[in-house]
Amino acid sequence: MKILVCISKTPDTTSKIAFIEGNTKFDENGVQWIINPYDEWYSLVKAIELKEKDPSVTIHLVTVGGADTEPIIRKALALGGDEAIRVNNLGNDSMMVAQEIAAIAKEGAYDLIFTGKETIDYNSGSIGSMLSALLDTSFIPNATSLDLSGSNIIIKREIDGGEETCEASMPIILSCQKGMAEQRIPNMRGIMAARTKPLKVVEGTITNAYTTIQKFDTPSAKSGVKLIDSGNMDELVRLLKEEAKVI
Amino acid sequence: MVLIYIDQDDQEIKKASFEAISYGAALAKQLGTSAEALLLGTVKDDLAAIGKYGASKVHQVNNLALNNFDAYVNAMVVADAAKALGATVIIFANNINGKAIAPAVGVKLSAGLVAGACALPKTDAGFVVTKTVFSGKAFASIQIETPIKVISVNQNSFGVVVGEGTATVHPLEINAPASKIKITATDKIKGEVPLTEATLVVSGGRGLKGPENWGILLDLAKSLGASTACSRPVSDSDWRPHHEHVGQTGIQIAPNLYIAIGISGAIQHLAGVNRSKTIVVINKDPEAPFFKAADYGVVGDAFEVVPALTAAILKSKASA
Ligand SMILES: Cc1cc2nc3c(=O)[nH]c(=O)nc-3n(C[C@H](O)[C@H](O)[C@H](O)COP(=O)(O)OP(=O)(O)OC[C@H]3O[C@@H](n4cnc5c(N)ncnc54)[C@H](O)[C@@H]3O)c2cc1C
Repeated sequence: MKILVCISKTPDTTSKIAFIEGNTKFDENGVQWIINPYDEWYSLVKAIELKEKDPSVTIHLVTVGGADTEPIIRKALALGGDEAIRVNNLGNDSMMVAQEIAAIAKEGAYDLIFTGKETIDYNSGSIGSMLSALLDTSFIPNATSLDLSGSNIIIKREIDGGEETCEASMPIILSCQKGMAEQRIPNMRGIMAARTKPLKVVEGTITNAYTTIQKFDTPSAKSGVKLIDSGNMDELVRLLKEEAKVI
Repeated sequence: MVLIYIDQDDQEIKKASFEAISYGAALAKQLGTSAEALLLGTVKDDLAAIGKYGASKVHQVNNLALNNFDAYVNAMVVADAAKALGATVIIFANNINGKAIAPAVGVKLSAGLVAGACALPKTDAGFVVTKTVFSGKAFASIQIETPIKVISVNQNSFGVVVGEGTATVHPLEINAPASKIKITATDKIKGEVPLTEATLVVSGGRGLKGPENWGILLDLAKSLGASTACSRPVSDSDWRPHHEHVGQTGIQIAPNLYIAIGISGAIQHLAGVNRSKTIVVINKDPEAPFFKAADYGVVGDAFEVVPALTAAILKSKASA
């Protein structure tokens, strides 16, 4: 079985979110980059678990980005995975990224393709769905568990207000979220091994974006909290009713 | 024409779709075109009544197999329907299903996508859609460059607009690829409004000390008719079920009212709730960062404040 795990680099969750060049560019100054948590905690670790059960499993990681994504890819390789592919393309929108990954996926003939539920920067969560259309392959979003049963797979996924269990066959694309696996920390052996694992760089071919970011804005700060005395909950109820008009 | 996808669950139209239709209708008016809705499968709802949200027609692909959601199959049918009907903008609710098919529809129609729009597009020069990025910490204005456009609308960002009117229903023949996914079980959290659709939410953090103390929070939620949520450590410790976890790595919500009890307001938590219209924070530490993001704050012990708040709400309801 061959698994392709899509890895994205995102700013650390505590990063200061600021913009430069007339609010047209994210200010990367001082930002610490991490593996997108959904990609790391859920997709990658799930792939590793499958390989631990069955050593014949091959795991390839793919990222679309510049050379600055390589430390992230090495960190992912330290957790597990056999080799990584970096498609050298800055990927100006999700469609470009998805098209690059689809090209890699076609070549590798993978049985399972994992993405995270979404990236924590652009929050679009579009790649899995786009891959499904580009590869004409089934897609299960928001997967919370995956079990193999012969050549079939059993997947649980979050739905609005509940959970659904389904049976599917491979190849298939899954977007992974909480429940799929538990976060792991790379150990020394993994970190050493990662240094020598192959990291192949492929030139990107997609140059045409369908969308362009014109500018960023930050939300206007709240005008300040109104404090209510803890002994006067009638006043809070009145404010919620008459001022905020929410109850 | 603006085409709006109707999301259904168990043959019932989801509330998020009414908001998507309202958004699509407002956009159609702005563009001087019609707003039409698209339903895959069958529902128990009265389809003509969708007209009150602003759709003039409902196109129905009357294929029972489509009552089971399959992201790939649905996307292929929506893309073919959009082509057959000549739609130029396709609107989805940015809920779990909408998120799962809008991007694939974009691929099939060579259309640019904005996922998670939070306002109507600006169409005076070009076609620019604003969406939330960095988990609500910023907005991006995105220009869609392609002739056909796909937008998924963040829940609770536009609101449901109810007017007058009835829609006409039109059967539509579209071949659906066979689904390769078999749904074997569905577990619904019974009697509760899904968090993403809730307008009132009461949420608890580690400050409540343990699962045995959740009663006061549940009583407050009940007095308001609110859904319940929690911070990540609370669900990680299994004090509360995982589906209640809100934040950057949990569910992102935007209710009208979010009451945070014993939650410090870490940046990752705020990322999931900062789009709420009104935030009330109850915390015994006046320095808790959450107060900076709050509209109303109560500095005090949750074990005293929360029952008092519940009593005040019940009193106010009784006198209303
Ligand atoms: C990558 C990453 C992703 C994360 N994602 C999320 C996420 O999605 N959601 C999330 O919630 N967290 C997330 N976190 C964790 C986050 O950083 C915080 O640790 C977490 O939100 C804290 O939860 P808490 O507020 O319940 O607990 P604490 O931070 O321990 O706060 C408890 C609060 O309760 C107050 N308190 C104590 N006793 C009382 C009392 N008797 N009455 C009133 N108040 C009282 C205290 O003053 C304190 O402010 C993430 C962290 C990381 C690193």
